[in-house]
Amino acid sequence: MLFSEVSAIGPQFFMLVPLIIVFPLAGLLINMIFGERFSEKTIGTIASSAAGLAFVVAVLQAISLISHPEGQVIPIVNWIMAGEVNLHWGFQVDTLSVTMMLVVSGVGTLIHIYAIGYMHSDVRFNGDPGRYRRFFVFMNLFIMMMMILVSSDNYIMLFVGWEGVGLCSYLLIGFWYDKGKDGIGNAIAAKKAFVVNRIGDFGFLMAAFTMFVFFRTFDFKTVVEQAPAVAAAAPTAILAITLFMLLGVTGKSAQLPLFVWLPDAMAGPTPVSALIHAATMVTAGVYLVARSNALYVLVPQAQNSVALVGGLTALFAATIAVAQFDIKKVLAYSTISQLGYMVAAVGMGAFTAGMFHLITHAFFKALLFLSAGSVIQGVEHGHHAAEHDPQGKKALKAEGSGHHFDPQDMRNMGGLRNRMKTTFWVYTIAAIAISGVPPLAGFWSKDEILEASLHLNPAVYWMLLLAAFLTAFYMGRQIMMVFFGESRSAAANFAKESPAIMTTPLIALAVLTVFGGVLNLPGSHILSTWLEHTIEVGHEGSFEIIVSLIATSVGVVALFLAWMLYGKRYEEMLKRPQAKRVDDPLRSMLGPVFTVFENKWWVDELYDTIIVKPYKALARLLAGPGKLEVRPELARADFLHDTVITDGFRKLANLMATTIDLGFIDAIANNMGNTVQGTAVIMRRIQSGFVRNYALMVFLGVVLIVGYLLLVH
Amino acid sequence: MIPISYYVGLSAILFIVGALGVLIRRNAIIVFMSVELMLNAANLAFVAFARGFEALSGQVFVFFIMAVAAAEVAVGLALIVAIFNTKQSINVDEISSLRG
Repeated sequence: MLFSEVSAIGPQFFMLVPLIIVFPLAGLLINMIFGERFSEKTIGTIASSAAGLAFVVAVLQAISLISHPEGQVIPIVNWIMAGEVNLHWGFQVDTLSVTMMLVVSGVGTLIHIYAIGYMHSDVRFNGDPGRYRRFFVFMNLFIMMMMILVSSDNYIMLFVGWEGVGLCSYLLIGFWYDKGKDGIGNAIAAKKAFVVNRIGDFGFLMAAFTMFVFFRTFDFKTVVEQAPAVAAAAPTAILAITLFMLLGVTGKSAQLPLFVWLPDAMAGPTPVSALIHAATMVTAGVYLVARSNALYVLVPQAQNSVALVGGLTALFAATIAVAQFDIKKVLAYSTISQLGYMVAAVGMGAFTAGMFHLITHAFFKALLFLSAGSVIQGVEHGHHAAEHDPQGKKALKAEGSGHHFDPQDMRNMGGLRNRMKTTFWVYTIAAIAISGVPPLAGFWSKDEILEASLHLNPAVYWMLLLAAFLTAFYMGRQIMMVFFGESRSAAANFAKESPAIMTTPLIALAVLTVFGGVLNLPGSHILSTWLEHTIEVGHEGSFEIIVSLIATSVGVVALFLAWMLYGKRYEEMLKRPQAKRVDDPLRSMLGPVFTVFENKWWVDELYDTIIVKPYKALARLLAGPGKLEVRPELARADFLHDTVITDGFRKLANLMATTIDLGFIDAIANNMGNTVQGTAVIMRRIQSGFVRNYALMVFLGVVLIVGYLLLVH
Repeated sequence: MIPISYYVGLSAILFIVGALGVLIRRNAIIVFMSVELMLNAANLAFVAFARGFEALSGQVFVFFIMAVAAAEVAVGLALIVAIFNTKQSINVDEISSLRG
């Protein structure tokens, strides 16, 4: 279709926007109700088509937006009407929300297709093929909730989606809830994600309520219109709203100090890590700040806080990623770090740069996770194949990795580039993209953020630049450890490429990763012009050759350094005798610093000591059952629970039961009954059963009435 | 010509006889006959007044009462027969199952 034809199309597609929720809902209902009889292929096809149809709807919205870039609000129903609160369920179609819709449904569809192949193996490795259907039901539910989040036209409907994706995240992290450490490791990871997110949600809700106090509305449109007036009247209100919102962002987008849930969330199946914990859900916080840009531009303090949080997180998470050995953990910390870039960008006011990085990151990080999933399954298959091969069996015995083999540990990999060619190539493309080497997508978006930060917030610029160096380094390290050198385990030796259903989405994402930068090339600025209709431009990005040169050389140097360290040097190191061997060349170079990075700065342990343990102790103190014999270690005098709560409650119950209920309420009812009964005992004598008696009564009655009539009148 | 008060007096005497019969006698058939006596006392009063006031409506009423009395006899005698079949007696005092 020619551009002129496209632009001739009016806003008629806007009315189709509810379908973006209806399709995933239909997909999940079909699979949930009838899926029992379907084959795995049918289930996967239904779920993928649901996501694909949502993508088609999003594309139609985009087509209509080309001619009507101002967008439209489509109200559906009134939702909550109470006093001044007048909430409706409406769809906001504008360039920002449609951009998110396209990313979510587009990347989501590719991941759905990939999952058809991935989950086929995964459910068999974990020994429960029955969960195949459940996985796709959850995935469609996630797409639906994410669509509610991005398409809402007010903060409360957005919160419904916000919580909905949190629920899906919980369900999918704990997908193998009976697996993991001690059989409950995954369930604990899911719970952690949920609880940490509650803290963020508290911030979101506080922001929404404060907003209602000062704006008397939750609608995006009205808030944007009234923002300057409210800021003039009550500047601290805007500051409070934006800072509370920042707390929500740190929860959902895994920023300092609430990032701890995301690495643990890697317990979920890999497509989940790609879709929810890399490409879409975790970017909701970035979307929220971009959506609330009208508020943020009014308070520079809040902007600085957001940018600082983002910059610190980007650097902090990158240091941890350098020293991880789990292939997915590296990517998890990398995600946190990249989210830090986006948050820093939107915090500084470079909203389009942040959104641009969100889009390109969705491409290359989804690609990284999916190819990591392909690697993991390749190694798992290899392990399985080695067990059935006489030579492989011997090798397995020699390295002593029988049943406790970890297919995600990069130390067990190596040399996979010949055995998994497609995966190797797409992984390398994504790694170069995230390292910021031109002309791949990651370079353009990262460059735009760096350029903006240099002008808007130099402190953050240095953090981000250092993070960029570390990013390139840990990606290079990962590539070298996974794909180059010799195989370091029998499993890696027997690994083989994943089926076409998994590699095809990888190739599609690789193409997007290569060409994604076209969206907002310096000079054309397609994305900036597109988003301009919805959000304030903030900082107009300009291409500066010096900034790009520095960023690129930093990335290339880091990649080179990784190649130096993890190439030959690593090989030689592994040839040393067991006692002198170090598992990572960096460990011998950095010494204790590496240990700090490897142990994630002990943040989890810190939180455990200062928050979780005291909290549990307090809970035990308050709830400790003094007289219960189920857990004798908790049996001790418990004043608050036993004396204050239990005894107090008993006394109150006693008072209510004996004095008030028996003495007062029952007495009324009983006396009424007794009175009626006593009256009945007397009155029943009249009913003698003698007809003549009745006749006499009638006769006397007539005499009385007639006598009365005669004598009185 | 005999004055109306004579007829009315006779009617009253008949009514009292009937009423006392209903109240005192125990034989259901006698009670029944007493009820008829009361109805006919009323009839007598009606025709006496009809003639005295030279109005036809009193006489019309008598026909209605006779028709109702005939129907009542049919139902009442059937009831007495049915009671006799179950109780082997038509003493009204023995029919007191509904005593409170």
